[in-house]
Amino acid sequence: MLDRETVEKVALLARLKLSDEELATMTDQLGKIVGYIDQLSELDTDNVEPMAHAVELSNVFKSDEARPSLDREAALSNAPKKDDECYRVPAVLGE
Amino acid sequence: MSIEFETIIGLEVHVQLATESKLFCRCSTKFGSPPNTQTCPVCTGSPGALPVMNRHAFDLSLKTAVALNCEIPKFTKWDRKQYYYPDLPKGYQISQFDLPMSQHGYLEISDSKDRFETKKVGITRAHLEEDAGKSMHDEAAGKADSRIDLNRTGTPLLEIVSEPDMRSPLEARAYLDELKLLLTYINVSDCNMQEGSLRVDANVNLHLQTDDGKVATPIVEVKNMNSFRAVERALAYEVDRQLAHWKKTGEKIGDVPKQTRGWDDSAEVTKAQRSKEESSDYRYFPDPDLVPITTTDEQVAKVRDSLCELPAALRSRLVKEQSITPYDAGVIVNQGRAVVDYFLEVAEGCGDGKQASNWVQRDVLKNLKENEQTIDQFGMSATSLAALVKSVKAGDLDNSRAGEVFEYMLANGKDVVASMAALGIEKVDDSALDDLCRELLAANPKVVADVQGGNQKAIGALIGQAKKKNPNVSPNDIRGKCLAMIAEMS
Amino acid sequence: MSLVHKSATALLSEMQSGSVSSTEVCTAFLDQIDAHDEKIGAFLRVDRESVLAKAADVDSRRSAGGALGLLAGLPVAVKDLLCTKGQPTTCASKMLEEFVPTYDATVIEKLDSADAIVIGKTNMDEFAMGGSTENSALGQTKNPWDTSRVPGGSSGGAAACVAAKMAPLSLGSDTGGSIRQPASFCGVTGLKPTYGRVSRYGLVAFASSLDQIGPLASSVEDTALLLQAIAGSDERDATCAPNEVPEYTATVAKPLEGLKLGIVKEHFAEGLDSEVGDCVTAAIDVYKALGASVVDIELPHSKYGIATYYIIAPSEASGNLARYDGAHYGYRTSDTSPVEGEGPLVTMYRRSRSEALGPEVKRRIMLGTYALSAGYYDAYYVKALKVRRLIRQDYDAAFEKVDFLVGPVSPTAAFGIGELSDDPLSMYLGDLYTVTTNLAGVAGLSVPCGFTKSGLPVGLQLQARPFDEERLLRAGHMYQSATDWHTKTPTV
Repeated sequence: MLDRETVEKVALLARLKLSDEELATMTDQLGKIVGYIDQLSELDTDNVEPMAHAVELSNVFKSDEARPSLDREAALSNAPKKDDECYRVPAVLGE
Repeated sequence: MSIEFETIIGLEVHVQLATESKLFCRCSTKFGSPPNTQTCPVCTGSPGALPVMNRHAFDLSLKTAVALNCEIPKFTKWDRKQYYYPDLPKGYQISQFDLPMSQHGYLEISDSKDRFETKKVGITRAHLEEDAGKSMHDEAAGKADSRIDLNRTGTPLLEIVSEPDMRSPLEARAYLDELKLLLTYINVSDCNMQEGSLRVDANVNLHLQTDDGKVATPIVEVKNMNSFRAVERALAYEVDRQLAHWKKTGEKIGDVPKQTRGWDDSAEVTKAQRSKEESSDYRYFPDPDLVPITTTDEQVAKVRDSLCELPAALRSRLVKEQSITPYDAGVIVNQGRAVVDYFLEVAEGCGDGKQASNWVQRDVLKNLKENEQTIDQFGMSATSLAALVKSVKAGDLDNSRAGEVFEYMLANGKDVVASMAALGIEKVDDSALDDLCRELLAANPKVVADVQGGNQKAIGALIGQAKKKNPNVSPNDIRGKCLAMIAEMS
Repeated sequence: MSLVHKSATALLSEMQSGSVSSTEVCTAFLDQIDAHDEKIGAFLRVDRESVLAKAADVDSRRSAGGALGLLAGLPVAVKDLLCTKGQPTTCASKMLEEFVPTYDATVIEKLDSADAIVIGKTNMDEFAMGGSTENSALGQTKNPWDTSRVPGGSSGGAAACVAAKMAPLSLGSDTGGSIRQPASFCGVTGLKPTYGRVSRYGLVAFASSLDQIGPLASSVEDTALLLQAIAGSDERDATCAPNEVPEYTATVAKPLEGLKLGIVKEHFAEGLDSEVGDCVTAAIDVYKALGASVVDIELPHSKYGIATYYIIAPSEASGNLARYDGAHYGYRTSDTSPVEGEGPLVTMYRRSRSEALGPEVKRRIMLGTYALSAGYYDAYYVKALKVRRLIRQDYDAAFEKVDFLVGPVSPTAAFGIGELSDDPLSMYLGDLYTVTTNLAGVAGLSVPCGFTKSGLPVGLQLQARPFDEERLLRAGHMYQSATDWHTKTPTV
């Protein structure tokens, strides 16, 4: 069920590029892990509410006040590629 | 071959909420700042930074949802919509997936010219989400890079999704006009399309009546429309294109994947857009960094009670209480609440809605437009205008000179009495009018003869003369009096 | 006793009394790092000059009689996934090797306002994914008790530096055992606070609903001291609880009366190393001797903990790590050659991520992406969230009966470097006793409770109700008052 083709598809979704060797290893290892994980299916959870948070908080807000932003130099300081104003990335297609 | 068909349109509208700061951080939402000067670790997705929800953004969306007659669930949450794009620095957009903050509402639309019947357009859902940044292709210097500005990233948006309830481009336009009007009335957005505060995507297809029964054409999503007029035109184009395409290919819904087309405003056509690299699989899941929001019935009731009178209700009230036509009511309400209030003050002050409507539309709005002013900047109070209208109605001021008085009042900030005095306008009494007419007839035997010969229009020659002698006389009075005197002569 | 062998609490009072300066304390630890860290590899960066400058500043403020913070003058080691403004924060990844945050994590601000001194940034498994620090792209940390063995992970450097007396206090993070397990492997004390007890703002996220920052130290008393400085609500973290912060330091030495302990039966089942089991059993006997009553407790769903954890954590991670795509920060590939049928942007993304992320990180991203993808979401992700609730309910039921749950931290003592690195599933199974603490969001403490025959430390785990750290620390301190395991130091 977790075949090489699926693993390749997932790799594209995750924006990873796996070599043939990595693909083989990944398919094998993920297969084993997913096989282990599948034991959850033996549990009946029909009437159980999913638990997405470890702490039951709600309605946590901030007020709507604007505060100073980072100056541009700081904002762009970690950009792998930039010019005076913007981040630079390879051409966005479809625009 | 003519074929019967029905046009099916649904609209997705993204509205920027009128907040000071972004949805999850405290960067300003101000438009037009230099690139990348309104960002912080949170909105640029810097490792370790965390979002915290802006209360005002939620309050504004709640207000909108109530105004759109939506159901407000007691529990709503945040989800991550995951996709890679350089204007989305976290690799996901914080949005709402399966539990939006509102759903199942409607917006009533009508046409003052009765080109379609008044109807309720269903609102499928309205949910909050953060905006993405802006990517610009750099054509200068021949560089193959895109440039990314993240100022906009994290700006609060309300996505309002309609049911496919509109049956013509005109209805779509009416929906957008009404929605925009509603949103500006309740002050949740400035709806400025040029600044991207309101964006529209349209889904459209046709239901054709063929010999083999009903057939639907593939649904097309139209984007890149930068005005409501463009939406109307793009949809009209799309209706023709889909019909022609169907006639040529017979392609129906399900035969091809959903297509996205962009509207080219100068060429006035829609063009197929390149689809994303792989079919979208957004892998939504609840955002663990944000906690759910709960809303009580009391909260919703409070919002409902505090809501101002909405445009539709206001229009019917003007028609009913001020006896103006639905068309006129529409024109006034479309100008915004401040103009409506001005109009109401004039109407109540002069006791004549119809006249107040005429004056506001003809003189006030024209003047505002010419001077690019808003009603708050207008130089004449509603009370002053009401007094002017009242004087005309009472016959103290002749209609022919009312415009002159209006201009004078506006230019000099004087009330109607002072302005009339300054212009030397006073009511001409009956004996003065008799004397003047007698004098005119005596001096113009040819006019008298012409009238007696059946040419009543000849009397017009006397009006100018009368005005010269006394600028206060009313042309109607001169005409009536002179004709009566000539009739008595024979 | 040399300065580095003294407890943080003792050093603090000596500095307060003026018998020793912060400069002397920091110099002693820096010298210890110079002498031993080449061998241990606990630190990724130490900036001697800036540490001493800060120490001198504290000293001069102290002599001027100014008010000083809770940890004034004490060096604290910080795991390299806590953002430090202007100082690299690498997460031990090639991806962030050059990354310099523009802001301080809330805990760093809190250390700062407590006048603590960050002595250096410690090594870890890349992005906190792993239990051995073998997944660091920037070097292998070794266990001070046996340098052929791993220090545990992911907070391996954080635990090793305390064990080797290179720092008196250390901050780590725990997503599925990443503080407790290395504390256990290195023979130090480590606390995973309740989820929401400490702000996560500035903690580079692995799995947001499980991650929690916590202290490591040589004793429970010192652990309480560091927790005191970092706990509390934060308007920048919506998941950080508003609960009041008790006076941990004031009460830690007060013994608890009528202590009720629950032995998690499932944690003594097959798979537990017998030497580890013996140490833990002996530790429970110590509690009995201290007057505790002990009952067996079942956590029936705990056997599903690993499966649940390895769906939820990678799913969240796949989202949290999507930002490392070479566009806005971090590593970008230098290879711009085109790929047939792929746009240049996608090619850049895929190459940058593949070149700069390590195998374990990729494995978890893949697993999480798969679990969230269309068609699998309900079967894996939603199912795991439901089982998570069942696990939490087990804990709630247990805490109706007992104050704390006791058991081992890890099924084995520290394993050899390279021993498990080809077998991810076996590595994952080592987290069996710790992941449920994070899934349930409760607190967990690891205290040293003995050694194996080959001289490797063994840890005892105590788990407590949410926000019950105050009593949990007292229970830990009771044990350390009756034993001396925590005072043993390795000969480096």
